[in-house]
Amino acid sequence: MAKTLAEKVWDAHVVRKGDGEGANAQPDLLYIDLHLVHEVTSPQAFEGLRLAGRKLRRPDLTIATEDHNTPTLDIDKPIADLTSRTQIQTLRNNCEEFGVRLHSLGDAEQGIVHVVGPQLGLTQPGMTVVCGDSHTSTHGAFGALAMGIGTSEVEHVMATQTLSLKPFKTMAINVEGTLRPGVTAKDIILAVIAKIGTGGGQGYVLEYRGAAIRALSMDARMTICNMSIEAGARAGMVAPDETTYAYMSGRPHAPQGAEWDAAVDYWNTLRTDEDAVFDVEVDLDANTLEPFVTWGTNPGQGVSLSAKVPSPEDFGDENAKAAAERALQYMGLAAGTPMKEIRVDTVFLGSCTNSRIEDLRAAADIVRGREKDPKVRMLVVPGSARVRLEAEAEGLDKVFKDFGAEWRFAGCSMCLGMNPDQLEPGERCASTSNRNFEGRQGKGGRTHLVSPVVAAATAVRGTLSSPSDLDPAPASAALTTDAA
Amino acid sequence: MEKFTTHTGIGVPLRQSNVDTDQIIPAVYLKRITRTGFEDALFSAWRKDPSFILNQEPFNVGSVLVAGPDFGTGSSREHAVWALKDYGFRAVLSSRFADIFRGNSGKQGLLAAQVAQDDIELIWKTLENAPGTEVTVDLASKTVTCGNVVAPFEIDDYTRWRLLEGLDDIGLTLQHEEDITAYEATRPSFKPLTLPARTS
Repeated sequence: MAKTLAEKVWDAHVVRKGDGEGANAQPDLLYIDLHLVHEVTSPQAFEGLRLAGRKLRRPDLTIATEDHNTPTLDIDKPIADLTSRTQIQTLRNNCEEFGVRLHSLGDAEQGIVHVVGPQLGLTQPGMTVVCGDSHTSTHGAFGALAMGIGTSEVEHVMATQTLSLKPFKTMAINVEGTLRPGVTAKDIILAVIAKIGTGGGQGYVLEYRGAAIRALSMDARMTICNMSIEAGARAGMVAPDETTYAYMSGRPHAPQGAEWDAAVDYWNTLRTDEDAVFDVEVDLDANTLEPFVTWGTNPGQGVSLSAKVPSPEDFGDENAKAAAERALQYMGLAAGTPMKEIRVDTVFLGSCTNSRIEDLRAAADIVRGREKDPKVRMLVVPGSARVRLEAEAEGLDKVFKDFGAEWRFAGCSMCLGMNPDQLEPGERCASTSNRNFEGRQGKGGRTHLVSPVVAAATAVRGTLSSPSDLDPAPASAALTTDAA
Repeated sequence: MEKFTTHTGIGVPLRQSNVDTDQIIPAVYLKRITRTGFEDALFSAWRKDPSFILNQEPFNVGSVLVAGPDFGTGSSREHAVWALKDYGFRAVLSSRFADIFRGNSGKQGLLAAQVAQDDIELIWKTLENAPGTEVTVDLASKTVTCGNVVAPFEIDDYTRWRLLEGLDDIGLTLQHEEDITAYEATRPSFKPLTLPARTS
């Protein structure tokens, strides 16, 4: 029978077929190939193992890093926040006790868990990947079935290396055409979420398809899959191809020699069959897409950057109308205001959505040779220590510092403000992260989700801006490019 | 896990869609390493507003939350479920739940009952007209009763059965440990191991 990519990966991991219909019918039990662990959602799971006298079944399929709580300044000093310090110390103790590989703050492989897995080559096509973090969907960019789970499920995977999973439905997101300059993967996914809504993907695994997706790099595909959860989806996937293999080749944990050949033979089978049927198909035209930005307090509340802040009256549904009213009030915005007239206080370039080397390069290309709006604070937080080193080798740190941005150490940082990187009440931020929820980046903070190039252009002008709004950079800017 | 068969308690109308997990429990409370003691964290930002529903009697002692669509969106934090339970909620009613939140609820004995939005509207009206009205959620018959409103709710069969029996998920899976071991023997050798560690 013809199958979609997601169904193929699912079927290859069934340890025990479910009991079918019936009041106590167990669902399929799936094997988990890789379990990523961080300090926030794991302490209670490790404690659960201890209390039940259970072992960690597969330390060799488990890896941990410190990311949510870690400071992005003064990383050589003890963590100032005592509860953060305790949580990180707890992870270190647990990893030692249970034999888990851990990349701690200060280690060259430390960083955001969803940046670390792929860069080590541990995320590979056709795998099942889980983590106690909703943005685990990131790893779907490789053609893996990757899902965020709660702490009870973290403990379940630790004890059994499996999960009992309810069957999912499949949705194709077809993005045909070619993106225009200044329009990026982030704009694709923000437009998808605005189109299907924050609940549109509930119960579905999304597969991103079409010419515009095939043309994207791995970093860009990860940005798209990362935000699948913002549409409510269980997971998002892109079928592996030559772009995937080129990214994987030579990475520390990529297969080598004959193993590589065997792996590629298998990976080549991981395509949705031509006659397979998706439960739902959604089309998006890349040719007409513009830079996209959110105006509200959920990721579905987005518009083109050239549009105006919508009015609650624009929404037919009563719940959507009420949500819009509330969002405008929280965001301190008046309906009808052009998005490009909105002034920001802070620009945040970072998070598991947009903190990879290409994101930093794209933003650096915009700010190089330009001056930052003096009233705007800009934070650049690489996704991992490795990304930071790579960027520094290319001179990107200097570009950002010359521009007036702060160059930080790796971590989740201001995406969720568990560390000191937070917005003040009422402060407005153009952020390359994934959630514009009330208070997400700091109590009372106001978030507009944007792409890295929009973030960079906004830091120049001080108002939400696309690169095409900028005056040409001074000719001398070209000279600094040579350093890269 | 504690059994859930039926529960009756004061209903709390939360007329809001997209109640995300950052609202249910802000990230700052996620630094704790315990599984209990999160009652102060529940809706902590909203509870600073005196007009918020949980700051009004008798809703402050409610145990059945009746929310708008897309409840529990966003983060995978199970702390959201712990906070609801620690505060005293035993059930949440909504026309749509985020998948991870729904799964987490099922593991922790918090009933996430999917009720049609039309019925949610009727329950909201009942609770607003007569604050303190109790809501009964009966898992065996999959019905919710509030005043004159009797509505069916949906929940997947397997979660329902586990809740009714109070069964531990890990224990159930470990009954199939031989299947897991047999599967492991068939995994291709090109699949990566995290140990021994290799770095760039």
